[in-house]
Amino acid sequence: MTTYALSDSWTMTRRELAHWARQPVQVLVALVFPVMLLLMFGYLIGGGRGLEGDYVDFLVPGMLALTMAFGLEGTMLAVTQDLNKGVIDRFRSMPMANGAVLVGRSVADMLQSALGLAVLIGVGYAIGWRAHGGFGAFMGAVGLLLLFRFAMLWIGIQLAMVAGKPEMVQAVQILVWPVGFLSNAFATPESMPGWLGTVVEWNPMSQTATAVRDLFGGPGGEPGHVWAAVAWPLALLAVFFPLAVRRFGALSK
Amino acid sequence: MTDAIVVEGVRKRYGDKHALDGLDLTVGRGTVHGVLGPNGAGKTTLVRILSTLLRPDEGRVEVAGHDVVSDAHEVRFRIGLLGQHAALDEELGGRQNLEMFGRLYHLGARHARVRADELLERFGLADTGRKAVKEYSGGMRRRLDLAASLITEPEVLFLDEPTTGLDPRGRAEVWDAVRSLVGGGTTVLLTTQYLEEADQLAHRISVVDQGRVIADGTANELKALTGGDRIDVVLRDGGQLGAAVALLPLPKPEVSVDADRRLLSAPVTDRMGALSGVVRALEEAGIEAEDVALRRPTLDEVFLHLTGGDDRVHDHVGEAV
Ligand SMILES: Nc1ncnc2c1ncn2[C@@H]1O[C@H](COP(=O)(O)OP(=O)(O)OP(=O)(O)O)[C@@H](O)[C@H]1O
Ligand SMILES: [Mg+2]
Repeated sequence: MTTYALSDSWTMTRRELAHWARQPVQVLVALVFPVMLLLMFGYLIGGGRGLEGDYVDFLVPGMLALTMAFGLEGTMLAVTQDLNKGVIDRFRSMPMANGAVLVGRSVADMLQSALGLAVLIGVGYAIGWRAHGGFGAFMGAVGLLLLFRFAMLWIGIQLAMVAGKPEMVQAVQILVWPVGFLSNAFATPESMPGWLGTVVEWNPMSQTATAVRDLFGGPGGEPGHVWAAVAWPLALLAVFFPLAVRRFGALSK
Repeated sequence: MTDAIVVEGVRKRYGDKHALDGLDLTVGRGTVHGVLGPNGAGKTTLVRILSTLLRPDEGRVEVAGHDVVSDAHEVRFRIGLLGQHAALDEELGGRQNLEMFGRLYHLGARHARVRADELLERFGLADTGRKAVKEYSGGMRRRLDLAASLITEPEVLFLDEPTTGLDPRGRAEVWDAVRSLVGGGTTVLLTTQYLEEADQLAHRISVVDQGRVIADGTANELKALTGGDRIDVVLRDGGQLGAAVALLPLPKPEVSVDADRRLLSAPVTDRMGALSGVVRALEEAGIEAEDVALRRPTLDEVFLHLTGGDDRVHDHVGEAV
């Protein structure tokens, strides 16, 4: 059974990649959307927000973290759609490794996110953002972002299975926005009213953003935040990964 | 050897609705078993339990010698499933679908590709293999779905209303495919709402209603339960129905009459004898007929008879004379 776990997961990953090849526009839109947000906040809204240093150096890491958080929506939508497709019945009636469907989903989503990060970093560079921390710190920052994305991914899978129907996903999607914006992606907690600042500071996404800013050597970073940016996603994974795998195994029993 | 499918006392409940209510069934190896029943009878629920998609609440189910709950993985190596609704990846092409399933059956990349080509060829889909399945017609989708269920030449094949929505050619192809599989030793359980389909393919038939088997036997045994074949006579002049009933060589108490349609109908045992007797008697009496036909009982009639709903047949045909 486990002998085939790898090859089955790879087959399911290929399935997602084949979907991309048939839907290049969708993939493109998913890549362009965060770029649009970055440019909007960078140029239209812009401004200092009570911050020393260049706002772009503050904004870009925040946008990277926000993009990882919003990945949850994409995962959730894809999983809900998938679970409502007839093909899942065929998968479940075949002797394939349990959970290969989910692994395929997560590998594909991680690939897409890595691609999204690369594009966003490229655009950030073009509008004047620079990493000041050296190569090791840079790779560390990218690692933290992807770890955060990985946690979001399994939350997305679990929420998709709880929500069940695509109509329910919309409700959850609307909730993702305030959670994304109630973070330090665009402004520092110090510039907000007391209680709001506290919420924002505790938001796991803010932890990742702060640690990444620190590793990039830009404004808004605080040394010593890396552990929180590792611990939060791991804690979320410890809860949601087993929940999701269990729930998938018990589907429609 | 033992039976290919054993179902004992299976129950499945949705809320307070009993989809399956103590169903029993055995299917011998290498045979075709038809499950016949109206909408909501529990056919799909049964197929989903047999193919490990659903757990029974109660009862024992074995397929190819393995328990579908405790030994689901072993069962999955030995079955093929054609569900009531297409189980295909709609975004991908036909060939991509079959290759993917072949890999998931662990055929290996090369063998999966060869097998996909074989099946596309066999089901007349070779030149549409690249098109996304969502652009397929209903019949093409059904054929591809059937191809997918045959990738490994399974020991036991489940077909849930395999020909619903197919044109006569598509239907004949499915029937051919089933026959050739059975020739190769596969056991088939198929659900259908068409008596003719069960008649054509099945060695034995179970009639299911409200989650239970209410009758089983060969097609002929079931039809005998309803009184076998019938003869229908439509007269040109409805006013002569009474006279016709009186003189035709038919069992009087069982003749039913529908005045609106100028129709009289009766069960027959000797098909050809009854037909020629009726035609001769009408000619001699100078009663003109528009149509005289022998027909099999319909599923309606078999089913209504079996559930004690015979009154409705008579309602439909008219008052017995
Ligand atoms: N997921 C479900 N939730 C609630 N009720 C269900 C569910 N699936 C089936 N049922 C109920 O169980 C009963 C049997 O359904 P099933 O689909 O097995 O019938 P069927 O014989 O396949 O009918 P059809 O000929 O219409 O396909 C029906 O009353 C149906 O409403
Ligand atoms: Mg059904």
